[in-house]
Amino acid sequence: MIEIHKLSKRYGDTTVVDDASLTIPRGGVVGIVGPNGAGKSTLLSIISRLIKADSGVVRVDGLDVTTAPGREIARRLSIMRQENHVAARLTVRDLVAFGRFPHNRGRPTREDVERVRMAIDFVGLEALADRFLDQLSGGQRQRAFVAMTLAQDADYALFDEPLNNLDIHHAVSMMRLLRRMADQPGKTVVIVLHDLNVAAAYADRVIVMQAGRVVGDGPPFDVIDRRLLSEVFRVDGDVVEVSGRRLVSVAP
Amino acid sequence: MPPDRARAIRRLTLLVALLAAVSALAFMTIGARGSWSFVLTHRGIRLAALVTVAYAIALSTVLFQTLTGNRILTPAVMGFDALFLLLQTSLVAFLGGAGAGALDPRLLFSIECLVMIGLSGFLFRLLFRGEGRNLALVVLAGLLFGALFRSLSAFLQRVMDPNDFMVLQGRTFASFNAADPALIGIAALLALTVTGLLLPRLPELDVLALGRDKATGLGIDTAKLSALVFALVAILVSASTALVGPTTFFGLLVANLAYLLVPSARHADVLPIAVGLAIITLVGGQMLLERVLGFGTALSIVIDFIGGIAFLLILFKTGRR
Repeated sequence: MIEIHKLSKRYGDTTVVDDASLTIPRGGVVGIVGPNGAGKSTLLSIISRLIKADSGVVRVDGLDVTTAPGREIARRLSIMRQENHVAARLTVRDLVAFGRFPHNRGRPTREDVERVRMAIDFVGLEALADRFLDQLSGGQRQRAFVAMTLAQDADYALFDEPLNNLDIHHAVSMMRLLRRMADQPGKTVVIVLHDLNVAAAYADRVIVMQAGRVVGDGPPFDVIDRRLLSEVFRVDGDVVEVSGRRLVSVAP
Repeated sequence: MPPDRARAIRRLTLLVALLAAVSALAFMTIGARGSWSFVLTHRGIRLAALVTVAYAIALSTVLFQTLTGNRILTPAVMGFDALFLLLQTSLVAFLGGAGAGALDPRLLFSIECLVMIGLSGFLFRLLFRGEGRNLALVVLAGLLFGALFRSLSAFLQRVMDPNDFMVLQGRTFASFNAADPALIGIAALLALTVTGLLLPRLPELDVLALGRDKATGLGIDTAKLSALVFALVAILVSASTALVGPTTFFGLLVANLAYLLVPSARHADVLPIAVGLAIITLVGGQMLLERVLGFGTALSIVIDFIGGIAFLLILFKTGRR
């Protein structure tokens, strides 16, 4: 369980995360949606201790992320951010192997090698495992970073807009990948998403953020409605039901 | 790692080690006249100085680039060796030539080293603090800081007592030709100590090279590791600068050559090659210029010329991406 308690973060005069409290229980796909600048990415960065909050606490399975040993947190929680530039020249296998670092401190065992191979297979990059990252397309590189997260084998995997720069085909296969990841026993996948329809299709639970606050929380069928569109996203649109799912349609 | 890549790395390491050994052998023997014991002692001291400097510069450059996540900036480009020079100058100006001369050079060096860690750490924080740092701005600031430190040193040297200046000259105007044997000893010792501290942390450095966020995500205490690595870099820069003075583009040249040649990003693979290349360039280059081409002390100029061109090429390439 990830517990977020009264979290706040300010940059100068702007409050990015405003007294946000939230509990993410174990299991399933959790989508965090909200307009640009709602504080979704900042919240994710604070949870994964990349940014320090001004006040508030984040606990992962009872461990305070700011004080617990980095390695203990890294075994429970992984994060993949939007920008994934790496200066070093790495092959896919090199990169994915780094995911095992919290477990082996850089001394890979036979089991680590096997897990790295499985992670690469899982994202469908087995044919490109020995290619350098700069020889891959954007979508392939994105999957390589997902494989690294997989190899890290944390109970909670956090993704910050993993669909950025992906076309519809790659976006769908990425979401299927993350869905499969969350369907493994004991795994939770938390994703910051832009597209409400994607959230409706793949998330078990949707958290809505607006101006740094959590303003909605529940299954997508309950959360996504016309009021959400007009009040949070400030667009007029219809919410239609197609085969038991809610879909958002916005007039041009 | 696939076996053919591991084999390629092993072969490269062997080749570089062999070439470095040949350079050292040639440096010791080619063009020797007169008493062998004299030649070998004289050249042995110089070889020790060159190897120590090559080692310190290659190591400090690669570490610094891992720390800052780029391949353009080096401690020398950022003006850190100029800072050490300023430190030496102000110490002599402050203590007076007699005072500084009375101190054991090793003690003096240790003091300079400690102050260097503090000051360069402050400078580093100033330049690299914050999230959205602009590489061009940092390069510019570094070059400016370098110029500032050099000008300040020059200014102090102008106004100081001529006798103090003589003492200072003896200490700071060391070159690839003449270095104090006592200093070589302590510099080599420092370089070895740094290596001892680094060896168990090489895998952590590999993770650090992924960037601060990824390293944090993988459970590295990046603030602590960065501070340690930075202190080690400051020590290495002090050691190499005390021996031969500033070398603006040398580290950049050998580090980037190593990245280019080694098909791996592991520090355990890259560092030995970088050190080997540095030794080949420095020892082999000195030998060629001095004994074969018959030039005097122009090696630093030649290295900075080639290194400067490499710097521009890398800068342009990075800018275009």
